[in-house]
Amino acid sequence: MAWNLDSDRPIYTQILERMEMQIVSGIYKPGSKVPSVRELAAEAGVNPNTMQRALAELERKGLVTTQRTSGRVVTEDMEMIRETRNTLAKEQIQDFIQRMKELGFEKEEILALIKSEAGGELV
Amino acid sequence: MSELVNVSNLTMVYDKRKTALNELSLTIPRGKIVGLLGPNGSGKTTLIKILNGLLCPTSGTALINGSKPGPETKARVSYLPERTYLQTGMKVKELIAYFTDFYADFKPERAKEMLTSLGIDENDRIKTLSKGTREKVQLILVMSRDADLFILDEPIAGVDPAARDYIIKTIITNYNENATVLLSTHLISDIENILDEVIFIKNGNLVLQATVEDIREQKGKSVDAYFREVFAC
Repeated sequence: MAWNLDSDRPIYTQILERMEMQIVSGIYKPGSKVPSVRELAAEAGVNPNTMQRALAELERKGLVTTQRTSGRVVTEDMEMIRETRNTLAKEQIQDFIQRMKELGFEKEEILALIKSEAGGELV
Repeated sequence: MSELVNVSNLTMVYDKRKTALNELSLTIPRGKIVGLLGPNGSGKTTLIKILNGLLCPTSGTALINGSKPGPETKARVSYLPERTYLQTGMKVKELIAYFTDFYADFKPERAKEMLTSLGIDENDRIKTLSKGTREKVQLILVMSRDADLFILDEPIAGVDPAARDYIIKTIITNYNENATVLLSTHLISDIENILDEVIFIKNGNLVLQATVEDIREQKGKSVDAYFREVFAC
């Protein structure tokens, strides 16, 4: 039932990340209706006011838009979805590089490791 | 419209020697889910009982919608006490009829829907139900009102984890946007994601009132972890 949220980070941030991820990965399709705040809050097991804030932020970013008759829908601006996707990918890579550096790897070693580990998958 | 609940300099002394609340002042806004947290014996239930007009404070005032606890406020406050008070000889459906008579804002359809979701038969008599099921019935009755303020004293303590999830969902979906839910609990980690604010009290004094997000942001830890730190023995 409830979304898996970390207990030590703000809930709002985590909801936002998760919703962005779901839009980018196509779980929420472009142009599709976003469930109501209540439904989403119940599904996630979070406070409705927090969910409301996260949706307002998604709206501010342009990933969802409000339509007078049908509530909130996911944007159909594919360019924006692609941009968000790239941003998320970059963040993941930065995190990864950071952790690898903590493990003591140099840039070339990291690249070589990625190639050998993911070689098959990437072809 | 001022704050929903306004408590000022509230003091409660039992037996002329035991201070349960000590000049406690706080306000609770509308439309929020608020956790009332504190160790055993901190005064949570005393505060709750005063808000429900079950205890008269030694001094100070507690106002709900600007009125002192009385018939007027009781019509707008839905209260789940620590222990169930249901007549054990009654059937669940008789209780629904009773609540419908008793509270103008009671919604029997809502109660029946929740009973069905939890697989409780309305023809069962309370005395044939387990302790946990009785607590579920009691909570369903309390949550089926369109009240301004829901005061829940340990709502999830006696029920299994699956029912806990359902109850938490029920709290989220069933209260209207202008209503406030004030709930006391020790099971902080189960419930903190649905709270707007928390009130920490200790020895009848206010220790802290803050939003859950502020605690997580500023302390970098969950409310549960922060509670353990503040109240470490």
